[in-house]
Amino acid sequence: MSVSELFYKLNVNFNYVVAMTLFIIGLYTLISKPNLIKKFMGLNIMETSIFLFIVSSGAIAGGKAPIFGEGVGPETVFVNPIPQALILTGIVVAMSTTALALSLMIKLYEQCGTLNADKLKELK
Amino acid sequence: MAEFAHHCPVLMVITFLAGAVLTPIVSKSKKKFSFWWAFFVSLLALLFSSCAVWSLYTKGPISYWLGGWEPPYGIEIYFDYISSITFLMTVLGALIILYSKKYIEHDIKEEKLPVYYTLVLLLLCGMVGFSITGDMFNLYVFLEILSLSGYALIAITEEKLTAMASFKYLVMGAVSSMCVLAGVALLYNVTGTLNMSDMALRLQQFEPIATSYMALCLFVVGFCVKAAMFPVHVWLPDAHALAPSPVSALLSGLVIKVGIVGLLRVIYGIYRLGGAIDFTTVTNFMGWLAAITVLVGAFFAFFQDDIKMIFAYSSISNIGYIIMGISLISFTQPERGYLGMVGGLIHIFNHAIIKSTLFLCAGAIIYKTGFRKLSDLRGIGKKMPITCGALTIAALSIAGIPPTAGFICKWFIVLGAIEFGRGIWAAALLIGAIFVFAYYIKIVNAIFFREPAEPILEVDEAPLSMLIPIVILAISCLVFGVFAYLPLAVIKPAAATILGLPPTYIPPGG
Repeated sequence: MSVSELFYKLNVNFNYVVAMTLFIIGLYTLISKPNLIKKFMGLNIMETSIFLFIVSSGAIAGGKAPIFGEGVGPETVFVNPIPQALILTGIVVAMSTTALALSLMIKLYEQCGTLNADKLKELK
Repeated sequence: MAEFAHHCPVLMVITFLAGAVLTPIVSKSKKKFSFWWAFFVSLLALLFSSCAVWSLYTKGPISYWLGGWEPPYGIEIYFDYISSITFLMTVLGALIILYSKKYIEHDIKEEKLPVYYTLVLLLLCGMVGFSITGDMFNLYVFLEILSLSGYALIAITEEKLTAMASFKYLVMGAVSSMCVLAGVALLYNVTGTLNMSDMALRLQQFEPIATSYMALCLFVVGFCVKAAMFPVHVWLPDAHALAPSPVSALLSGLVIKVGIVGLLRVIYGIYRLGGAIDFTTVTNFMGWLAAITVLVGAFFAFFQDDIKMIFAYSSISNIGYIIMGISLISFTQPERGYLGMVGGLIHIFNHAIIKSTLFLCAGAIIYKTGFRKLSDLRGIGKKMPITCGALTIAALSIAGIPPTAGFICKWFIVLGAIEFGRGIWAAALLIGAIFVFAYYIKIVNAIFFREPAEPILEVDEAPLSMLIPIVILAISCLVFGVFAYLPLAVIKPAAATILGLPPTYIPPGG
């Protein structure tokens, strides 16, 4: 594969590249940061990257909302609505995970007095 | 009647979900009533699941279209042989809820009782839904329902470090759920459908591409975290040891099995059925990791003093057995993996019963004495004979002494591994079994044959509502060992259909 071909492919599939980069950034944050809240921010970035990946995979340039009505003919291009429906559910799940994690962090702080993962390891 | 059985799978999920949501309402004025409500809900679900399983074994799999929408457009509930694990879930769920009555009143404040039962019912709802759904995205949603209620249940007591154990589980669990979701997304992009059987059909029609392999790897990583396999097992010991004992029994008995059900669904329900993609590299890798898991779990369990910690590490070791059993598969000759698959599936069933017994017994001992270290519990067997008798039966079972339930599964897995030409896996399993035997002998020796310490002398037997589940489970450990053909009659057709053989398949030589 030549360099120009590679650039062409990256350009066409740039949504995948962006999603993958975000995923790696999130994973890196999750693993490397000692602060639990920052760790969880990393997890949220990972979640967002996958949501972006799924939503962008259903999109078509110039696609319309899939509703039948005036101005819709056999040649009209529709956007795939299923990924969007999936991601609505996914966002609800991500939100409840975040809420639970934050409330756990409050409890953790009350019990151990710190949110630093390195110090928590020493507590045991 | 047949009409009713057709609706049973979805009724199980609805019963648990509605029961969970209604728990705080029905127990608004009288908090302790929440137990009776939860027990009633679990018995109702048990009725539905037995109906569904009966229909499965007499008439074959049930395909239910939610809202009447035809698959692949609508969501399909598919109750097949893998789903018959829901029967185990509802039985254990009912017994563990009965056990919780006294235990949890002692552990948490009275106004939090409805919260506890709501979460337990939600956990059961998630597990049952996960096992019966035929839709990939539904699988992810149910996985999240059961995981989230699991994290919350671990941290429900005020004991120190529970929040940390729960948080550790949450972070690893959330990453694994992300992996599963990414896998679903990739497979959806490849096939354009979310229905599992349709996915398998469409995978057949394409050339195998790297995306499908990557999706498989993401699924395997995701479900192996949920099942606590070796490099990603670190969340399990703390979470299972620090949770309240009935919750430990649920988590160790059933929740980690959900990861295995997920693996079976994806590898055998989609990729094997699709037939276009050779997944044996992945299953081989899983098998080697499983062999390490067996050794690591057994080795660490040996050095623990906390009884619940011992049981938690032993769960890791047993997950290794199960995954070893199910990863003995050859792509071209499915019948070569038959013995291992039977062993793996039967160990899912037996380990759920045995490990629940162990955790419930440990819970009864902790409830009565307040101690959890083996060195403090010397001689407890003389004061709590029924509980400790049950503990001994379960300990012998998990060590694999012949007349008990644990023997038959290890036997099948070892036979399967040798027949498959994986002598090293069989050796790892046997070395692990020796370790297991050693540390359970250590427990039995400490509780029965050592002189009791001072504070133990005042203890008496656990209350009846805790003894009933313990005794029922301990008896089933014996019954399913002596009459091993009972579970085998159910599991053999399941193993055969998972491998793509006819349900009445008999291996050469019987």
